[in-house]
Amino acid sequence: MSRFFVFGRLQMAKKIDETQVRHVAKLARLDLTDDEVARFSTQLSAILGYVEKLNELDTDSAEPLAHCLPMHNVFREDVVTESLDTELALRNAPQHFETFFKVPKILEDDSGA
Amino acid sequence: MADAILNLTCKQLRDQIAAGDVKSLAAVEAVFAQIEALDDKVGAYISTFKDRALEAAQTIDRKIATGESTGPLAGVPVAIKDNMCTDFGTTTCASKILENFLAPYNAHVVEKLRDADAVIVGKTNLDEFAMGSSTENSALKQTVNPWDKTRVPGGSSGGSAAATAARMCFAALGSDTGGSIRQPAGFCGVVGLKPTYGRVSRFGLVAYGSSLDQIGTLTGDVADAALMMNVIASHDKRDSTSISENTAPICDYLEKIDEDVKGLKIAVVPEFNAGADRNVQNALKSALDIYKALGAQIIEVKMPHLDYAIAAYYIIATAEASSNLARYDGVHYGHRTEKPADYVEVYSKSRAEGFGTEVKRRIMLGTYALSSGYYDAYYLKALKVRNLIRTDFTKAFEKADCIMMPTSPTTAFKIGEKIEDPLQMYLADIYTISANLAGLPAISIPCGFDADSLPIGLQILSPAFTEDKLLRIARMFESKTDYHTRKPKLAGCEK
Amino acid sequence: MSDAEYKVIVGLEIHVHLATRTKMFCGCELIYGGEANSRVCPVCIGMPGVLPVMNKQAYEFAVLTALALNCKISNFTKWDRKSYYYPDLPKNYQISQYDLPLAEAGYIEVPLESGQTKKIRIIRVHLEEDAGKNTHTLGNFSAVDLNRAGTPLLEIVTEPDMNSAAEVRALAVELQRIVRYLGVSDADMQKGHMRFEPNINLQITKAGAEYKTPIVEVKNLNSFRAVERSVAFEVRRQLDDFGETGRTMASGNKSTRGWDDERELTVLQREKEEAHDYRYFPDPDLVPVELTDEWLSQIKAHLCELPIEKQKRFVTEYKLSDYDAGVLTGDRNTAEFFDAVVKAGADAKRVCNLLTQTGMKLANEAGCNVADLGVDAASLAKLAKMAQAGDISATASATIFEEMANTKKAPDVIAAELNLIQTSDAGELEAVVDEVLAANPDAVADAASGGKKTKKARGFLLGQVMQKTKGQANPKVVSQILNKKLS
Repeated sequence: MSRFFVFGRLQMAKKIDETQVRHVAKLARLDLTDDEVARFSTQLSAILGYVEKLNELDTDSAEPLAHCLPMHNVFREDVVTESLDTELALRNAPQHFETFFKVPKILEDDSGA
Repeated sequence: MADAILNLTCKQLRDQIAAGDVKSLAAVEAVFAQIEALDDKVGAYISTFKDRALEAAQTIDRKIATGESTGPLAGVPVAIKDNMCTDFGTTTCASKILENFLAPYNAHVVEKLRDADAVIVGKTNLDEFAMGSSTENSALKQTVNPWDKTRVPGGSSGGSAAATAARMCFAALGSDTGGSIRQPAGFCGVVGLKPTYGRVSRFGLVAYGSSLDQIGTLTGDVADAALMMNVIASHDKRDSTSISENTAPICDYLEKIDEDVKGLKIAVVPEFNAGADRNVQNALKSALDIYKALGAQIIEVKMPHLDYAIAAYYIIATAEASSNLARYDGVHYGHRTEKPADYVEVYSKSRAEGFGTEVKRRIMLGTYALSSGYYDAYYLKALKVRNLIRTDFTKAFEKADCIMMPTSPTTAFKIGEKIEDPLQMYLADIYTISANLAGLPAISIPCGFDADSLPIGLQILSPAFTEDKLLRIARMFESKTDYHTRKPKLAGCEK
Repeated sequence: MSDAEYKVIVGLEIHVHLATRTKMFCGCELIYGGEANSRVCPVCIGMPGVLPVMNKQAYEFAVLTALALNCKISNFTKWDRKSYYYPDLPKNYQISQYDLPLAEAGYIEVPLESGQTKKIRIIRVHLEEDAGKNTHTLGNFSAVDLNRAGTPLLEIVTEPDMNSAAEVRALAVELQRIVRYLGVSDADMQKGHMRFEPNINLQITKAGAEYKTPIVEVKNLNSFRAVERSVAFEVRRQLDDFGETGRTMASGNKSTRGWDDERELTVLQREKEEAHDYRYFPDPDLVPVELTDEWLSQIKAHLCELPIEKQKRFVTEYKLSDYDAGVLTGDRNTAEFFDAVVKAGADAKRVCNLLTQTGMKLANEAGCNVADLGVDAASLAKLAKMAQAGDISATASATIFEEMANTKKAPDVIAAELNLIQTSDAGELEAVVDEVLAANPDAVADAASGGKKTKKARGFLLGQVMQKTKGQANPKVVSQILNKKLS
């Protein structure tokens, strides 16, 4: 069997349906068109189907490898370095008010803090 | 007919400029003449800096004439992939969301090139945010393969590879997260080097997959790659993942470049290579024969987890990318949608308008993999598989100095061939992706041509922080072949 | 709901700004105020291509605080990304710590008004970066200032061990005292250095059965007053709500309410369909921190006697009242100054009075700490001893203290200059008393009579003695002598 055979194509039920796609799009702050939602549902399902391959492996005794580097304890001393000129800081701002970045009014505290 | 100066390697040009035999100005003018002649067709550059480059060249020439000291790349015209920040021109990442972005700072590698007195010619095209294997995902322009304009140059560093192959620069920087330097190097018949993770600072490289990204080089030959490495490999305290020079000392990569590695042991993974096209497999076999003739020993090894590299990569890279790209929201910089109904729409519409399809797809995949309930099944699982893959490498390197395999299962495919099927596109990364997962250095060198005269790449991988040896192993092949000297007809460089 | 018995259950989440010079992950200077976006760089703006580098001092301050909170310090800790979208969070993720915080399982001993102390358990302590600031009052838009973005923030989470609004306030106050003692934070409430989020619910016993109301988290609290009042309000509101609806924790999720300081009530924030999915994962741009034994020892060397320990010691060792001990240990400099003065040989109670009555008034006026008035411990000890010996009156000592602060002269020099030295020598004074008594036989008769005129006569005679001694007689000693002679 060619190693490039895709399992996902055979599956009938979608791994990620349109409702889930919309939910994920909301988490990612992406306004998708209905067309995109439908297409992504198909494509992402195929990809996720392929990724299921990982379950063929027994990883019980493996540690998750987040970093390839044998490093820890990288810091900086608490020494001041030059900040950006405010003009440069705002140079790319789509909109600004005085030296503030400007956005449409936030009506309720949606912060996750 | 291109200027003969364009036939020089980086090193040759550097030496001749330093000796005063050739003026940097001549080289820069020749490069821009080449760009003017070819780039309409090739589309390698997103932006160029002719006036700036000419002025820099003249300054270098003046310094050399007056005996002032200059850097190791003095006067050499180089290109930079447009996902590295420069405080001149724009840094677009080939995306509409950053189309007009003016970075207020230079990437570490840009500073290094500047300190080395290189002349930066322009910023090259890429797949948007480095996500892709063909450069077809660029939102700004199309780049074609200089060997065949109906084919892709590879990706995501397609612009840098095409520019180098077509002699529109003497060397270029690219970035490699899953093969984005090596694969286009293979497709365009140039040398592409991805250093060990942590060897080259990522400060100023627009992040895609932070634990996988590395900046590397696209050059005409291996010696030029070594020359460029001498300039860009350095510790940077602004990058917490930049290896300290105590832990991994930097050497002069050029010093022993022409010294063969005696008693070279080369590992190959026959089952893994069997997935490549016949052309590619034959070229690999011929290459191994050349190494054998040079005294190398070929050892077959098993690396059972390499088959899982793509699955692991597309979870890890997209998870990190979904987070790295969250900042593109139209609030502090970048594209903002015109009439947002409220502040939430500033985000969702700006991003929808500013990102291309592949970028959106990867953000969606990564967000899903990290979302509540799926983290263990996908992200954590992928990190564990990553460990198993790295162990495969560790075991292989106990038996050999390096591993050789194809760079790609195929040669350059046709434009539009894979773009509709993302999974097919991803599967084409099979040979390059593991090096990123394991953080290892890897190089692609031209090792032949297929029946359509398209370049084939040979990939060599070595243990962490052994780039000097890797380059010497690669150079051995160059010393016995001339594939790396061949240029695409379009470049007009027939000798 | 008057027929129900209830228990108030509160856990507190506190965020403390650390007093480092620079931000958590970049070298921008931390200065309060200033023009918007004048203390930012590509890193804290979250521009493309930038990377964070950890501030070592912030970590050490965090560990020091965790030690003072009796926590178990982790010898391996890492950074995680917490994702959510908000204009004051430029990367749209916050670098924080999720599953491996730098410290866990500690406690804080809180002094209560009753004089008792109560141990509140700490679940965890971790570090993170603060967001910038959104302002909604400049027009029909919101304005974002990233000067604060990236400030090192220490997050402390307690167990729900507090059982009244007063206890919550007491914990907040004590935490402020601790971080100021350690020097890890200025904890200036006006500057927003401390933010509180209480989680409140009630355990109600009604007709023999127990009910728990749904937990409410209150946000936007940055003063002790707001903390106390919001908890008190929530208790009443939850009691009423339970009375009306009978809703318990089982049927309701935790909700979030904001504190409206003007109207003094909590307001339900827009109910979201789902809770935030923060999608925590290890930050690939940062490497883990390994705390070696050696490093931990270096940090421990910066620990000081904690305020609650000092306060207890002032009571047991110096026999001060709880109240006085509390006042003196309000800040470390005052407490250490007091300690030094007493150790220089002065009477503790007298020094306490000097400092709490005169010293603090002078310090307030001068806008500095009592220890920085320019009066050193030895000098103040001398002043206290003079008063103890009766060489000066208590009132005089206050005056002299003020002069010492203004002129930096020694107490005895000032006392002499201002003619404030009083004679307490009984023998000397007796002679003067005898003179006065001899010169005022009528007054003596009145004073000895025991009748209505006694008090006035004694006052007159005392006055005469004071006059004769030009005010330098110790009035107490004179009174004693008079009493003896007149009885």
